[in-house]
Amino acid sequence: MNLQQIYENPLFGVTVTVGAYVIALKVQGRWKSIHPLFVCSGAIIALLLLFDIPYDDYRAGGDLITFFLGPATVALGVPLYKQRHFLRRYFAAILSGVTLGSVSGIAGAGLLVWLMGGTQELMATMMPKSVSSAISVEIARQAGGIPELAAVLTVLTGLLGSMVGPALLRRLGISGDMPIGVAIGTSSHGIGTGRVIRDSELQGSVSGVSMALAGIVTSLLFIPLYGWFH
Amino acid sequence: MTGFAILLGFNLLGLLAERVFQLPIPGNVIGLILFTAALFLRLVKLEWVERSAELLTRHMMLFFVPYIVGTIAFLPVLRANGLAIVVSLTGSTLIVMLVAGGVAARVGRKARPAPEPGQGEASPGL
Repeated sequence: MNLQQIYENPLFGVTVTVGAYVIALKVQGRWKSIHPLFVCSGAIIALLLLFDIPYDDYRAGGDLITFFLGPATVALGVPLYKQRHFLRRYFAAILSGVTLGSVSGIAGAGLLVWLMGGTQELMATMMPKSVSSAISVEIARQAGGIPELAAVLTVLTGLLGSMVGPALLRRLGISGDMPIGVAIGTSSHGIGTGRVIRDSELQGSVSGVSMALAGIVTSLLFIPLYGWFH
Repeated sequence: MTGFAILLGFNLLGLLAERVFQLPIPGNVIGLILFTAALFLRLVKLEWVERSAELLTRHMMLFFVPYIVGTIAFLPVLRANGLAIVVSLTGSTLIVMLVAGGVAARVGRKARPAPEPGQGEASPGL
């Protein structure tokens, strides 16, 4: 029997991913502080390395899973609509938090790469990374960065924010569904939104709105920056 | 399944709008904006989509897993620029989070807390 053929079947990647996710949720049910994405992705990476399974084989199934990000992003409209009264009341706060957060993130990332002696190419790749990957990849490409690396950094940013964000914000005295939602949605896009929406629909909807606003604000902020990069 | 079909439809509409009008915003986000507008305009009724949407948003993290697994293919690049990437990734993510959250909390404090019926338990961070 040739196992290679099994790995190449999309069913392999799908089964492994859904299975690892279910286990990760069970683990989180017992130890609340362990992030499910950490367990799930870690287990899959370990499995691929252990059995020497090529990443491209896993990807055949993985692509079927990531496909659902599209309709899931659209579906964020439902919590947004249900929380419309709340969102309307705090719209000024949400918009100013997202705008100033995005500006300082772009400036901060650029400055830190420069201080660390990184290339301009790395700056262009790093600066848009807080917005969801579909946007950051396009911006990085137009600014002369490396689109593939931008996608990876965006995912790592989301993972970091999603893992440490809620606890860190609480420790620093930033509490309440609205500020937490704005902080997570602006810094950690869909990965962060996916994390907080499990805690509270309100946090999730603020985070979803912030994520969409951050995408729009960042796209606009980069228009004058393109000239500087070229 | 009605809800899922509607969500897919708006997703496709968003991609179409992105291509046709050459917008600098990704199709998924345009789809979200159009879908939300349709809910507000009552073109789509909440009960048609609520269950499908709840299932998709609750498990949104699952759909990112293959991307995170995919970062292993970039380990050599990440290692080559290791320190610069780690420092600026961690630093700027924390900056965004604190500024966005801090500003939102401060500006939100001025918004008048006038809880509507059934909204009393919401804590806006006051």
